[in-house]
Amino acid sequence: MSALDPNRPSDLPVLLPFTLPKDRPAARLRPAHLWMLTAFALVALPAWAQGGAAALSPLEVVIKWAPLLLTGFAFNVAISLMAMAIGTVAGIGLGLAMLAEGRILPRLAWCVTQVFRNVPWLVLLFFVMFLVPFQVTVFGLRVPLPDWVKATFGFSLPVMANVAEIVRGAVRSVPNTQWEAAESLAFTRRQTLWRIILPQCAKRMLPPWMNVYALIAMATVQASIVGVTEMLTLTAQVHAAEGGRPELFAPLYGFALLCFFLYCYPIDRFTAALERRFETR
Amino acid sequence: MTRATPAATPSPSWTPDQPIVRVVDVHKSFGTFEVLNGISFDVRKGEVVCIIGPSGSGKSTLIRCINALVPVSAGSIAVEGIAVTDPRLDKLALRRKVGMVFQQYNLFPHKTALQNVMMAPIHVLGQEKREVEARARALLAKVRLAGKENAYPGELSGGQQQRVAIARSLAMRPDVMLFDEVTAALDPETVKEVLVTIRELAEEGMTCMLVTHEMNFARDVADHIYFTDRGVIVEHGPPATFFASAEDERTRRFLSQVL
Repeated sequence: MSALDPNRPSDLPVLLPFTLPKDRPAARLRPAHLWMLTAFALVALPAWAQGGAAALSPLEVVIKWAPLLLTGFAFNVAISLMAMAIGTVAGIGLGLAMLAEGRILPRLAWCVTQVFRNVPWLVLLFFVMFLVPFQVTVFGLRVPLPDWVKATFGFSLPVMANVAEIVRGAVRSVPNTQWEAAESLAFTRRQTLWRIILPQCAKRMLPPWMNVYALIAMATVQASIVGVTEMLTLTAQVHAAEGGRPELFAPLYGFALLCFFLYCYPIDRFTAALERRFETR
Repeated sequence: MTRATPAATPSPSWTPDQPIVRVVDVHKSFGTFEVLNGISFDVRKGEVVCIIGPSGSGKSTLIRCINALVPVSAGSIAVEGIAVTDPRLDKLALRRKVGMVFQQYNLFPHKTALQNVMMAPIHVLGQEKREVEARARALLAKVRLAGKENAYPGELSGGQQQRVAIARSLAMRPDVMLFDEVTAALDPETVKEVLVTIRELAEEGMTCMLVTHEMNFARDVADHIYFTDRGVIVEHGPPATFFASAEDERTRRFLSQVL
């Protein structure tokens, strides 16, 4: 066995001390690089588009399938609107239950809210999809429950929990002196809540409520994972129908991206504007 | 004032010649802190009573106990024979008799002055809207706020808001009015307009209980003054004797500081 030579190159997979070569130029984009990229794109894109006489260009593919994809998007909007409607009604009930007098009801409502607020929406969706039967029998009448209805129900659960929290927070934000004043005028607790407290905080609830809606609208694409026919599912199907050409991936999914952005961004801006308006009041 | 709706029936045992408010050995503690330590006094119908004393002496707590906003720890309170301290208390019946005005006015900010005054008679007493509106307008005129009917609380000065609050309380046609440091949050210039309103009310024969720091007002308007300190009544009497010859050392020290 020879003595260990520290200078002998090792054949073991060890990481040798790394020293930066002194004269190595730093990697930096220069105008010349941009020109090169542009030139490459100018040459490559027409070649890409013309590759195979029968194949449509990406833009033509998007235009061709746009009506179908937009139908899918309409489904996303419908699911989100219905989930929001159901979730809001249930959430107001749950929020008021948290504010109710007594020991059991508020605690129960609080637990329900916390559970549905602190689990991933997708997990809730899976639960609803696989626990709710595909049809229910009401008074001998068979009511089919298609996947998108189940998905709507699945999305309404997190909406419910978030709306409940919004209601509770808004009511708590009204000073206690308003309750005292109403109490001294012989209003009952329920009258105080409905006539004095809630009208004051309805405005305050609007921006966070719209935030929840924007989130749920974007989350509806998760329904594609559980097999609901909506925009993302259709996009994947269109891509496959066009032969799965890799160059179609970006335009098709980009179209989906654009639809959601154009839908959610104005909601977000409007919410922000409302928030600003209420702040200055 | 004419009564369009019958008042809640007073307890059968109560007659107007008895004290309208009866406070007997009331104790109140928040945790281990004793705020009220055995307070007893009577208020007769039409009497104006001022409660004065240093901050933290339990004045506000005492007045809040009278309309059951704060539950007492021990002792008893009765208003027109209604046992306020009874756990089965009918709070609606009590609060129809007892009006309350707060330091911070506590108007409902989403309602106009007129709506603030009209709300309770309409929704609590179920009175007819037209009749209530006429009365509410008259009450606002009485507190010198004619023309401000459609103003929201945020558009009114502190003194104006406080007068709306007084009108709002009066709309329930109470027999006793409680005023909890109602001028403490006001600018010096607007204090007077509120005090004038209260004085007019007192002169009409309304039974009034005021927690106040306005010594000159107490001297002019009160029939009886109670000085509380550390949860007990240290000294009391009609203003003439109270201000001239207070016997208790703490009272004299307090008066020398505020007068």
